[in-house]
Amino acid sequence: MRPEPRLIEVRKNVLKQNDVVARSLRDRFRAAGVFVVSLVSSPGSGKTAFLEKTLTLLRPNFRVAALVGDLATENDALRLARSQAPVKQITTGTLCHLEAAMVQSALEGWDLNQLDFLFIENVGNLVCPSSYDLGEDLRLVLISVTEGEDKPLKYPTIFNSADVAVVTKVDLAAAVEFSWDTAYNNIQAVRPGMPVLKLSAKTGEGMENYLGLLTTRLAELRQAAAV
Amino acid sequence: MHELSIAMSIVELAEEEAERRGVQIDAVHLKLGALSGVVKDALLSCYEMACENTPLQGSRLVVEEVPVVIFCPSCRAQRPLSSVQLFCCPECGTPCSEIVQGKELEVVALEIQECAPNPV
Repeated sequence: MRPEPRLIEVRKNVLKQNDVVARSLRDRFRAAGVFVVSLVSSPGSGKTAFLEKTLTLLRPNFRVAALVGDLATENDALRLARSQAPVKQITTGTLCHLEAAMVQSALEGWDLNQLDFLFIENVGNLVCPSSYDLGEDLRLVLISVTEGEDKPLKYPTIFNSADVAVVTKVDLAAAVEFSWDTAYNNIQAVRPGMPVLKLSAKTGEGMENYLGLLTTRLAELRQAAAV
Repeated sequence: MHELSIAMSIVELAEEEAERRGVQIDAVHLKLGALSGVVKDALLSCYEMACENTPLQGSRLVVEEVPVVIFCPSCRAQRPLSSVQLFCCPECGTPCSEIVQGKELEVVALEIQECAPNPV
């Protein structure tokens, strides 16, 4: 008798494995009371400069550390080390994004209880990181003024996976005739209600506002944990 | 380009199911949301590669594309989005950020070969 084809129902999330690890990371972060921020953007939008400035400004008052994903070099970690915060490089090889398991193994041996903020810099890429939860509390998507205002329209998926948009290098806005209104409207078109910050890591403009957001969120997290 | 690692996860998942149920898989049915971050064509070509030298070699990947559906707070109804560049209600124009559907990346069914019981 001929074999008959049959359809069996499965319903399994393809990224279940990543989600399971991300969930266990989130539980660990919660237990340690550390607020975790991840950064995604295209290459060259200023993630590392922004993170270096963030670490430098937070360090006098908070215990901060960073994990930084990069395809091949350790240059970013060396740059960030200038902030004197603990920094660890995750070299992904040919992989274009970070996965929760990579964060988990990078954190081996770290005492999360000794931290207030942990930053995770993803590989420069506006496509692939959107599918992977890293267990973070806040995901920032960065666009620099030099990239043009239409990035949100080209990459709506990553904007929908992030919590806050950050427009970087605003000190160059006039030189590249960047239109803040157009960029803002484009972000709102793909993600209505998304908070948008504008800042320059070079001049420090807008950093205070951003650090205020982080410290408020940390306080809220600790308060929620205390209840 | 992360479609290869996604394809490998799909193959791995299907292989486990096949082994557990003791069946041979002809096709894997996948739901793919427009906001999943995965490109259908790239995934299809990666799938073939990912199947090589596995029990799934020669199987097909059947992709069902899932459009984005949002919840409109003004209409108090779910609406299909006309463009992922504009998260607005297609009926009343209200900006909508609540995504009801469109992020799926899910294996929903397996097409298997089953031998009917031998006639006595």
